Amino acid sequence: MRYAETGYNLEIDLTRGNIERVETDPQLLETHLGGLGTSVKLHYDRVPPETKAFDPENLLIYSSGLLCGTPAFSANRTIVSFISPQTDLLAYPMMGGFWASELKYAGYDKVVIRGKSPKLIYIWIHNDKVELRDATHLKGKGAVETQELIRKELKNPYVQISAIGLAGENRCFTASIEQSRSSSSRGGGGAVMGDKNIKAIAVRGTKAIHLARGAEFMEHMKEIRKYIDFRNANPLPGLMPILSGIGSPQMMKHVDEKWHTESFAWGNARVRRKDFWTKEIEKNWEKSQTGAIKRFISCFNCPQQCGALIAHKDVPRYMMKCFSKLTYAMAAFVDDLDFSWEICQRAFEYGMDSFSTPQILAFGFELYEAGILTDADFKGCPTDKEGRFFWLLDRIARREGIGDVLADGTYWAARRIGNGAEAFDHNTTKKHEQMNIKLGMFDPLYYLMYATNEKVSITQIEGNWPQAAFPKKEHREAFVKDWPQLPDEKFKKYFLDWEPRGENANPHYPTPEIASQIVDWMEMLHNIDDALGLCAGMGSFCLKPPYHIHNYPKLISSATGMDVDNDGLKKIVNRSRNLHRALNNMRGLRRAEELPPEDHWKHRFPELEEALMMHYYQFKGWTEDGIPTRERLKDLDLGYVADDLINRGILNDGQDQKNSENHQDRC
Amino acid sequence: MAKIKKIVKTIKIDADKCNGCRTCEVICAAYHSQPKYSSVNPAASRIRIITHRLDDIWLPVFAGEYSPSECMGRDKYVIDGKEYGECTFCRATCPSRDMFKDPDSGLPLKCDMCEGEDGPLCVEWCLNDVLIYEEREEEVEASIEMEEMDAGLAAMIDKYGVDKVTTAFARMAQNK
Repeated sequence: MRYAETGYNLEIDLTRGNIERVETDPQLLETHLGGLGTSVKLHYDRVPPETKAFDPENLLIYSSGLLCGTPAFSANRTIVSFISPQTDLLAYPMMGGFWASELKYAGYDKVVIRGKSPKLIYIWIHNDKVELRDATHLKGKGAVETQELIRKELKNPYVQISAIGLAGENRCFTASIEQSRSSSSRGGGGAVMGDKNIKAIAVRGTKAIHLARGAEFMEHMKEIRKYIDFRNANPLPGLMPILSGIGSPQMMKHVDEKWHTESFAWGNARVRRKDFWTKEIEKNWEKSQTGAIKRFISCFNCPQQCGALIAHKDVPRYMMKCFSKLTYAMAAFVDDLDFSWEICQRAFEYGMDSFSTPQILAFGFELYEAGILTDADFKGCPTDKEGRFFWLLDRIARREGIGDVLADGTYWAARRIGNGAEAFDHNTTKKHEQMNIKLGMFDPLYYLMYATNEKVSITQIEGNWPQAAFPKKEHREAFVKDWPQLPDEKFKKYFLDWEPRGENANPHYPTPEIASQIVDWMEMLHNIDDALGLCAGMGSFCLKPPYHIHNYPKLISSATGMDVDNDGLKKIVNRSRNLHRALNNMRGLRRAEELPPEDHWKHRFPELEEALMMHYYQFKGWTEDGIPTRERLKDLDLGYVADDLINRGILNDGQDQKNSENHQDRC
Repeated sequence: MAKIKKIVKTIKIDADKCNGCRTCEVICAAYHSQPKYSSVNPAASRIRIITHRLDDIWLPVFAGEYSPSECMGRDKYVIDGKEYGECTFCRATCPSRDMFKDPDSGLPLKCDMCEGEDGPLCVEWCLNDVLIYEEREEEVEASIEMEEMDAGLAAMIDKYGVDKVTTAFARMAQNK
């Protein structure tokens, strides 16, 4: 009997039309847990480093997390992993919604897809019955619309469906996969799905997930539930609303967007409008938002309500995801929030990432205004701010004219266009559009997070550590007083000592050593959530969350029957993280690419930055080129990976002994 | 007939607050698994959320009585501009749909208000106050509640007739 996991994967070879239900190795639970952890292992074992995104050998893995389908609140993440067409690295965008738990109830932990279908299909998984069904009648249909059409076709309202829109079919590099109120957006999973000729994956399951020690598991959940109740009734004091609660940022509930609209950059991630949030804007936005939202909604088994059903004027209904509310409006310099409800509907139907796409649109218009793109490229484009964004969005999704170039994202488009366009690609890291933030003072924590994480995008790398020092000592003391989520008491001192200005402030504090410890801790939390399929909004991505390092092991142990403690859990996710890093190293990732956007901060400190990176690499047990050392890999039972790196000439045997020493503070 | 006082257990459903998370289904299925909390299968839950997301329909429905036959006619409701399907509000387990039947055995399921607990667990675990448990006292006409044994005997009499059952009972009593 397998507990928490089903113990089976669905393996689909689209080229041959072969479908198999394959029992997985129970040992993998002990070594890689599940979710992202076991998916990375599959990619490492099966996809040669020479494989490109649109090669048939590129695996597209739809994975549930270990706790999906159990009574654990908010364990609903679907982790989609693939070699990204944009970054050429292993991407793993996740989505909430209802799909992953349904897959578990159908009897599978993952759907592992290889090859390409000769024609457009959708996959229909109904417990033991799995079909590849013709989808030519769905060609060109919207990603939201497709979900409704398939549900009707299958005459089953309980079916959960992940689908792509036109952008995915046309292999746009920022194409998303849409599902219910969520999407798997970053890195172009929709493009890989489109390349494989899969329009959608529908699933319905009516089987049970078993718990090893269910009654004990529920006792732990009661404690967690108590804390959720407490936090919902008591937002953290002294913080802006968006940071004070739990769950994904509550942007459907909060109307007050002073912080986002004034701190984040508008246009092509360039301009801060520090006086934007006037009384008049507040009044208009409140009216627009309350008018557009029909109902607050949640993902599977989650008490929070981070999404909303949108019913705005005559726009077809759809479900809104948090930050999409602002990205298009800010990129287009449109001050009317109505525009957001309108353009998001079209973008979600096309199936496009709401972080990258608005920046690509703004980048296109910057090039036009700079004369690098011309009237010929924009023939027929309206002149108003709103209309031109819709026009270019259509061109990109359809890959028409200049849209075909921009559909590859800012980095690749800039290189195809040339003629100075590269200079306008100022906000990408590892070829991927980053958050639209431009700040003054260099921040060592965010430097490390931007530069080094396998997620490539900063979104959801951060989380448990406050984004900035608290101005008053009393406030800091009050904050640390009740902070049971910390892995170690020493972090309290770090936070108490951290000040907004002076010697103990950015850029020199947190010191490289402290910064490495904090970032290592936050990365670890994300890796745990991503293996368990937990929403980061209830764990790694918010301040003082319900899930943390002191209760994850209890839940895992009682759910699976595999007793694991804090150190054991840390070792498992470190193994997965280092395997992921080695995989990306084999694909070419090196120190040279580990940089935040050049203009992210106005004040930069090259020597400090170098010291910070070297310290972090050493802390992680990596070489000066950001590659795990042989000793570090051996510590994590990844000796075979060290051999592979050495055989490929990526790692020299005995290289960087000083970086191999076991670091006591490493999570 | 004499009047007696009876406690009526009710779950008030504020469907306007439902966000469709289905925690109620999860906890119900987990609680009713054997042994308790050993597994989770929402398809075996005694509460189901009827969902049509874009139509703004999220409606919790509890499993009621088993009915061996389906309705002769079917109705549709339009309330506040939303069209509800013919069986949406119905609690019965009947042949017209697969709701409220154990997915393995096909046997009908019925909400038992988590008898033995302080109250229904779906109510306790709904953090958005969609489900509200209420008890009220009502005066009802006294009727003899059939105990488990009575119900079994009634079924035997239905099947074999009262004479055969009486004869069998008398014979068994003598042999004791």
